[in-house]
Amino acid sequence: MGILDSKVPKGPLADKWTKHKNDINLVNPANKRNIDVIVVGTGLAGGSAAATLAELGYNVKTFCYQDSPRRAHSIAAQGGINAAKNYQGDGDSAYRLFYDTIKGGDYRSREANVYRLAEESANIIDQCVAQGVPFAREYGGLLDNRSFGGVLVSRTFYAKGQTGQQLLLGAYSAMNRQINRGKIQSYNRHEMMDMVLVDGKARGIIARNLVTGEIERHSAHAVVLATGGYGNVFFLSTNAMGSNVMAAWRAHRRGAFFANPCFTQIHPTCIPVSGEHQSKLTLMSESLRNDGRIWVPKRKDDAIAIREGKLKPIQLKEEDRDYYLERRYPAFGNLVPRDVASRAAKERCDAGFGVNKTGEAVYLDFAAAIQRYGEEEALTNGIKNADDKEITRLGKAVIEAKYGNLFQMYEKIVDENPYETPMMIYPAVHYTMGGLWVDYNLQTTIEGCYCAGEANFSDHGANRLGASALMQGLADGYFVLPYTIGDYLSKDIRTGAIPTDTPEFDAAENAVQERLNKLMAGSGQHSVDFYHKKLGKIMWDKCGMARNAEHLQEAIDEISALRADFWANVKIPGKAEGMNQELEKAGRVADFLELGELFAKDALTRNESCGGHFREEYQTPEGEALRDDENFKFVSAWEYKGEPKDAVLHKEELKYENIELKTRSYK
Amino acid sequence: MKLNLKIWRQKDAKSKGEIVDYPIKGIEGDMSFLEMLDILNEELINKGEEPVQFDHDCREGICGACSLQINGEPHGPDRLVTTCQLHMRKFNDGDTIVIEPFRATAFPVVTDLVIDRSSFDRIQQAGGYISVNTSGNTVDANAIPINKHAADEAMDAATCIGCGACVAACKNASAMLFTSAKVSQFALLPQGEVEAVDRVQNMVRQMDLEGFGNCTNTGACEIECPKGISLENIARMNREYMSATSKG
Repeated sequence: MGILDSKVPKGPLADKWTKHKNDINLVNPANKRNIDVIVVGTGLAGGSAAATLAELGYNVKTFCYQDSPRRAHSIAAQGGINAAKNYQGDGDSAYRLFYDTIKGGDYRSREANVYRLAEESANIIDQCVAQGVPFAREYGGLLDNRSFGGVLVSRTFYAKGQTGQQLLLGAYSAMNRQINRGKIQSYNRHEMMDMVLVDGKARGIIARNLVTGEIERHSAHAVVLATGGYGNVFFLSTNAMGSNVMAAWRAHRRGAFFANPCFTQIHPTCIPVSGEHQSKLTLMSESLRNDGRIWVPKRKDDAIAIREGKLKPIQLKEEDRDYYLERRYPAFGNLVPRDVASRAAKERCDAGFGVNKTGEAVYLDFAAAIQRYGEEEALTNGIKNADDKEITRLGKAVIEAKYGNLFQMYEKIVDENPYETPMMIYPAVHYTMGGLWVDYNLQTTIEGCYCAGEANFSDHGANRLGASALMQGLADGYFVLPYTIGDYLSKDIRTGAIPTDTPEFDAAENAVQERLNKLMAGSGQHSVDFYHKKLGKIMWDKCGMARNAEHLQEAIDEISALRADFWANVKIPGKAEGMNQELEKAGRVADFLELGELFAKDALTRNESCGGHFREEYQTPEGEALRDDENFKFVSAWEYKGEPKDAVLHKEELKYENIELKTRSYK
Repeated sequence: MKLNLKIWRQKDAKSKGEIVDYPIKGIEGDMSFLEMLDILNEELINKGEEPVQFDHDCREGICGACSLQINGEPHGPDRLVTTCQLHMRKFNDGDTIVIEPFRATAFPVVTDLVIDRSSFDRIQQAGGYISVNTSGNTVDANAIPINKHAADEAMDAATCIGCGACVAACKNASAMLFTSAKVSQFALLPQGEVEAVDRVQNMVRQMDLEGFGNCTNTGACEIECPKGISLENIARMNREYMSATSKG
C-alpha cells in the first residue's frame, strides 16, 4: 500500500459517509471565526465550497484569474446534472447511480467516494432549487429529466442547454451573500503562483495580481484547490482559453501527488476543426444524443462525393447510411459512454468514411426526431391528417425548445442550418479525470491542502459519464469538503493567524519572482502560442484517442526537448509589472510542458486499455478496450522528483467489495 | 480578406488612450473575430511590439468575458452573439473596423480593450441571491411545484451573461437591463418572494451608486444583448420597485 492511505471509513458501503460525519471532529462556531481558508478557483467546486465554508463561519479568501467568479469555466457546461431522485419512477437509486458511475469509469475509481457522490446527488437538486436555479419543468410544475450516455434511466436535471451556467450562478449568488456579509474576500484577476508550506502543512499561497503585476502573500490554515482540469495541455480543447493546471502543478511540485494524468476525456460531439487559425473547440452537448442519430455513409464513394461537395447528406437514402453506434451497440445505441462513442467515430473516419473536407467528421442527424416529435405534437394538439410540412414545422419547434441555443451556436460557427441538414461533429478534448490525488476527505498528500472538483482525480475513474462533472463539483463543494476540512481545522483552533513575514513565505515569493524573471529573459525567438500549439500537436497525435508505446516514448522525448527550447527561446513582450496576458500564458504553458511529459509517462506505464485510455496493443478482436485487472487495478499517483522523467510512481490498489468487476459492455 | 483595423490602445487606467491603425491580411470567413485578433497579436509579437490586450475566456459565448465595441456596436454587427462567436464572414474584404472598449463611467478601462466590470459584481452582492444556507437541509425539490411558464420566463432572464453590452449600447450607460434580469429571475419564482421587497431596493440603490445612468426606454440594450434579454424585465423591475417602495 505504501504511503497512500485513502482513509476510507470502515463499515458497510451505504453507512460509511454517515458514520464518518458522526465520527469526525467539529469546530465550534466561535472558533471558526479565528480560522482562515483559501479557496483557489471559483467554479462549481470552489464557489460552492467558499460559500458554504463562509456560511459555517470560517474567514474565506477566494482567488480566480477571471474578472469575476461568475466566469469560471463551469459556466460552459451544457447538458445537465445527474441525481438519483428517481422522480421518473424508472428504477433509479443511489446504488444504481453508484454502479453506473463505477462501470462508466471502467472500474478505475474508488468505491467509497463514488457511493458518497451518488448519496449526495439528490441533496444538490434540493439545494439548487432552494437557491432559485431555474431547472426545466413539466407542465404540472414538477422537475423534468432527460437521459445521458451510459445509463438506462432518466436522471439528468437541466436548464435548457445552459445547466452549468445556472448552477454556477447559483453558487456565485451564494458567494455574493457571503461577500456582502464580509465573510468572503474575493480576489479576482489573481493567479496562484505557488503554495507555501510551513512545517509540512499548506499555510498559504503566493498570488500575482494580474492587473498590477504585484506579487502578493496570502496565508490561511488550509488551502483548497478547485482549479479545474488540464485539457488545455492539448492546446485545442473545449476548455476556456485561460483554463490551466498551474495551481495543481505548483502544489504537485510542493509534494501533492498527481494521479492518473493520462485519463482524459475526449468528447464525441464537438464542432470539427475548421483550420489552422482555430483557437478552441466548441462542444455540442451530449444531451443531443437523446434525439440525434449518428451516422456516416455506408459506401466510401458516397463519403468521397460528400467531402468534395458533390453530394449532400440529405440526398443519401436511409439504406445507404451506416448508423454505426446503433449497429455496434444495439442496447445503448447513440447513448453509449463518451469514450466508446469517440473511438467509434475515429474508427469510421480513419477508415475513410469522414464527411467534411478534412475527413474528420461524422453526422449527428435530427431528421428522425423532428418527424417523431412532429407526429406526437400533431396528435396531442388534435391536428388530424397533418401534412409533412406541418409535421416538420411542429417537430422543429419541439427541437428548438429543447436545444435551441445549441443549434444557434452551431449555425453561427459553421454557417449551416442544423434544422435542415445534419450537424457535423468530431471528438475533442473535454475533461480530465486525472488530477491531484486525494484521500476520502479530499485532502492531498500535503497536509492542509485539499482538492475538489475536476482538479482532483477521485470519482470518474478512466472515463466520466455525462452530467457527472457538475454533480461532483457541487457535491465536493457544498456537502463533502465543508465537513471533512473541519476535522483538520479542529486542530488549529489555538494556532492564531498565520504570519506572512516568515522565511517560508520569503522563499516562496523569491522563487516566484525568479521564475517570472527567467520567463521574461527568454531569447525572444517564438511566441508562447507557438510552443503551446507544438505541445498540443504532440499530445493529440501521440497521447490522444489511441496510444501506443512507441508513440508515447516519442512524445516524452519531444516534449522534454520542446520544454528546453521554450525556456531558452520564448518571447514575452512588455514587462512583468502591470497587465501582461502573454506572461500569464507563458506561466501556464511552462507547467503544461511538464505535465504533458508526465501524462505520456503515465500512459506508457499503464499497459492496458481502460475507459478513455486506449492502448492499441491492448484491445479485443472487436476493437474494444482490453482491461488488465490483475496488473493495473490501481490508481497511479506520481511523486514529484524534479524532471517529469524522475517522477516516482505510487500505487493505490483499488478494492471492489460491492461491485463485481466485469468487462464493460454496452452491446 | 484584407482589413484595416483601428484599435484603441491605452497603456493603463491612468494613461490617455488613442486609436492606432493596424492593416491585416489573410483573414478567412471561418475565423472568429477573436481569432482574427490572435493573428494580429502573433504578428505584433513577432515584430517586437506589444500585443493588443482584450478580455476573453470560454470563446463559446457563455462566460461573458469578451466585450469590444466594434464599429460602434457592442459585440459587433451580428445579432444574438458575443464577440467570440462573431465570425469574419460578416465582414467584407477591404473593410475598416474600429475596435474600442465598452464605454461607461462605471466600466473604467484597465488597459487597451480590457475593462473593469466589478460594478456588476457589486450590484449582485447587494441582493442578487436567495438567503438560504447551502448545507443541504432544504425541502425536496419537487415540494414546490412551479408553473412551467414562470419557470421558463425566469430561465430566460437568468441567461444573462453579465457582459455589459446593454450598458455599452445605452446612450445613458444604464445598467437597467442587467439589474432587471437578475431581479426578474427571482421575482418570477416563489423562492424569491420572501426577500423581494429588500432585494429590488438594494440592487437598484447599488446600481445608482456605481454611476450607471438612467433608463429612457430607447431599447438599444435589448437589440444589442447577445442573449436576447427582453425589455419586459425592466418593466417588471420598475413594477417591483414601485411596489417595494410603497410598502416601505
